[in-house]
Amino acid sequence: MDVTPSTPPGPATRSAPPLRPPAHRVDPRSLRWWTVRALLTVCAALLVQLVGLAVTGEGWLVGTLVVTALLGAGYVIIMPRWRYRVHRWEADEEAVYTQAGWLRLEWRVAPISRIQTIDTARDPLQRLFGLASVTVTTASSAGPVKIEGLDSDEAAQLARQLTEITQSHPGDAT
Amino acid sequence: MSPGEHPDTDASPETDSSLETDSDPETDSDPETDDDPADDETDETDDGQGAWRRLDPRVLAVFPLRQAGALVPLVVVLLIGGQGQGGWHLVGALAPVFVVLAIGATRWATVQYRVGGERGELRGGLLSREQRSLRRDRVRTVDLRANPAHRLFRLTVVEIGTGSSTAKEGRLSLDAVTVAEGERLRRELLHRSPGDARDPGVGEEVGKKDDGPASRREGPVDHLPVPAGVEVARLHPSWLRFAPLTASGLVAVGAIVGTAFRVASDAGVNLVSWATLQTAGDEFGAVPLWVGVAVLVAAVLLAGGLGSLAIYLEGWWGYRLTREPDATLRLRRGLLTTRSLSVEQGRMRGAEVAEPLLLRLVRGARCAAITTGLDAKTSSKGALLPPAPRDEAHRVAAAALLLADPTAGTAAPLVRHPPAALRRRLTRAVLPAAALALAGWALADAVPGFDWLWPAALLLLPCAALLAADRYRNLGHALRPDYLVISQGSLVRRRVALQRRGIIGWRLRQSPFQRWAGLATLDAVTAAGAGFYSVVDLPVARAVSLVEQVNPGLLPTG
Repeated sequence: MDVTPSTPPGPATRSAPPLRPPAHRVDPRSLRWWTVRALLTVCAALLVQLVGLAVTGEGWLVGTLVVTALLGAGYVIIMPRWRYRVHRWEADEEAVYTQAGWLRLEWRVAPISRIQTIDTARDPLQRLFGLASVTVTTASSAGPVKIEGLDSDEAAQLARQLTEITQSHPGDAT
Repeated sequence: MSPGEHPDTDASPETDSSLETDSDPETDSDPETDDDPADDETDETDDGQGAWRRLDPRVLAVFPLRQAGALVPLVVVLLIGGQGQGGWHLVGALAPVFVVLAIGATRWATVQYRVGGERGELRGGLLSREQRSLRRDRVRTVDLRANPAHRLFRLTVVEIGTGSSTAKEGRLSLDAVTVAEGERLRRELLHRSPGDARDPGVGEEVGKKDDGPASRREGPVDHLPVPAGVEVARLHPSWLRFAPLTASGLVAVGAIVGTAFRVASDAGVNLVSWATLQTAGDEFGAVPLWVGVAVLVAAVLLAGGLGSLAIYLEGWWGYRLTREPDATLRLRRGLLTTRSLSVEQGRMRGAEVAEPLLLRLVRGARCAAITTGLDAKTSSKGALLPPAPRDEAHRVAAAALLLADPTAGTAAPLVRHPPAALRRRLTRAVLPAAALALAGWALADAVPGFDWLWPAALLLLPCAALLAADRYRNLGHALRPDYLVISQGSLVRRRVALQRRGIIGWRLRQSPFQRWAGLATLDAVTAAGAGFYSVVDLPVARAVSLVEQVNPGLLPTG
C-alpha cells in the first residue's frame, strides 16, 4: 500500500512528473495577450529608470537601462511562447485539472465535488483579444484553480457546463 | 442620577436574574413549536424565532467593576485636585462614576438577543442601534469567556462565531449572561439535531447549575443530570517546567515594562531621565564588562522565565480537554479569566504537533487542531494542549482525531526524502551564509574597527550547515489509512496529520532547480487550518503516486 509503484511510462525524463498533460491548450491569442502584458511590465521598469536618469543624471543608470532592455526583450520574446507550450487545461465529470507556468511549473487539480464557485472574468487587456479566464474556487484559502486565456465564448460555455456538473454534487465541499 | 443608583440596589438579588434567564420556557431546544405567551416583558415578537431576551441584570454590577481600573485614578485626581473648592469637588469626583453606571444601565436596558430555530439575533446598543443576525446552521463555535469580574457574579460572555474571516460580521457577543444560560446556548447552538439534547447521556451528575431543557419542568432548576464529557487530558503540574521555554514570557515582560513606562509618563513621571541614565552608565562602568553583561542577561532571563510561568499559569490553569456527548471537543482553561472553547468533531480535518527548538531540546511540544471554520481570534490557533511532553502531544492529537494509536496519525513512522533534498537544503542554507560571510569580509577590509567581523561571519557557515542537516532530518511524510502525515522544519519542527477526506485538491509545484534534481513540492489543499500543507522536495513519481493513492483516478497518470 505504502510502496512507491514503479514509475509509469511517462512522456519525459525522470525529472518530469509521470502525468499525462491536460487535454486542451489555451487559445492561441493568449500568445499576444502575454506578449502585451510582458511589454507593459518591461516598459514600466524602463520608464522608472529613465525618469531616475533624467532627474539624477547618474551614469550607472545607463548601464542598468541597457541590461533591463536586453533582459526585457528576451522576456517578451521567450516567455509567451514558453507559456503557450506549458499552459493546458482539462475538465470532466471528475475534476478540473490545469498545468501552468513557464520557469516554475504548477499542476493543480480540484475534484468536482469540492468546487464551491465558478467565475468567469475578463480584464481590459483580455477583452482586447477576446479572451477570458475561468476561476474555480474551493473552500480552501490556498487559492483557486485558474484557467487563463480561453476564448470568451468557450470560457462562458465551460463555466456553464461546470456549474451544471457541480450542482449535482451535494454537501458544503469542505 | 437615578439611573446610576439603580443598579446598586437591584444587581444583587438572585431572584431577579433567575426570573430573567433560568425560568424562561423559551429555552426549549425545539423553539419553533414553543410559544409561551407568559414569558416575560421582553417578549415582543415571538414569531417562532424565540423570544427576545435581555442580558443578565448582574452585568449592571460587572460593567462598572471592569471600568473601575480606569475610574479610580480619575476619581482620585478629581478629589485631590478639587480640594479647597467647597463641596463641589465631591460632585465632580462622583460624576464619572454615575456616568459609567448610567451607561451600563442603558446598555442592559437596550441590548436584547434571541435564538430561534433558524437564526440567532442581537439588537440594541447604546449609541448605534445595531441589529445583527447569524444563520443558525452557520454557527461554528460557541465560546465562553469570563474574567474575574464576571466570575464574581457567576456570569460569562458568550461568543457565537461562524468562522467567517470577516470577524465582525460573523460573530455575536453576549456580554454577559449567567453561566447556566451560556452552557445552554453552547449546547443548543452546537447541536445539529436539537432532539438529541434531551438525552441525559452517559455522564454522571455534575454539581453545577444547568437548565437542561428536558428536565426543566420536572424538578428544581439546580443540579440536574448533565451529560458529562469523557476526559481526554488535564493539566499535569510537571508540565510547568516547559513554561520558561516558551517565548511568551519575554514578550509579556516587554509589554509590562512598556505599559509601566507609558503609565508613568502619563502621570508625568519620567522614569528614564538623562540623570538616571548617566548614573546607570557610571555604575555599569564601575564593574567589569562581563559581569555587567552577565547580570543583565541573567536578569532578562529570570524576568522572562517568571513572566512565561505566570502566563502559562494564567492561561492554562485548570486545563481540561473533554469529549462531550454532543460530538464536540471541549477545552476549558484559565486561572483568572476562564475560557471554554469547543471544536466540533465533524469539523476536525487533522492535528498538528509543533516543536519549537527550545521545547524540542527538552522533548516538549504543542498540539493544535486543524479544523474548518475556526475563529482565529478566540481559539488561539486551535491549541488543544499547553506546551507538554511530546508523547503527550501525540497522544492528545490522536485522541482528538479519534485514533486509537498515535502512529496512525502524527506519530507515524516517516518516509525519508531522497538525498537530493539534502543537497537542496544545504545549498539553500549555506549559500546565503557564505554571501553574508563575504560581506563581513569586505566590511572588515574596508572599515578598520571591524576586524572581528570576518571570523564571526565565518562561524555562520557551520551553523547554516547544521541547520540544513537538521531540516533534512526532519523532512518526511507518510500515508496512513486515514491520514497524510507531513513533517518538516527545524527551528519549529511540525508534524501535520491531515485527514485524507479533508483534502479538497492538490497542487504540484516544480522550480527549475527542483526539475534539475528530480524533485517537486506537493501541496495538499484543505479547507481547514493554513489552507494547504506542503510535502517539500519529494521525488516526482512519489508525489504523483501519493495523489493517486489518496484520490484514485483524479490525476491522469501515464
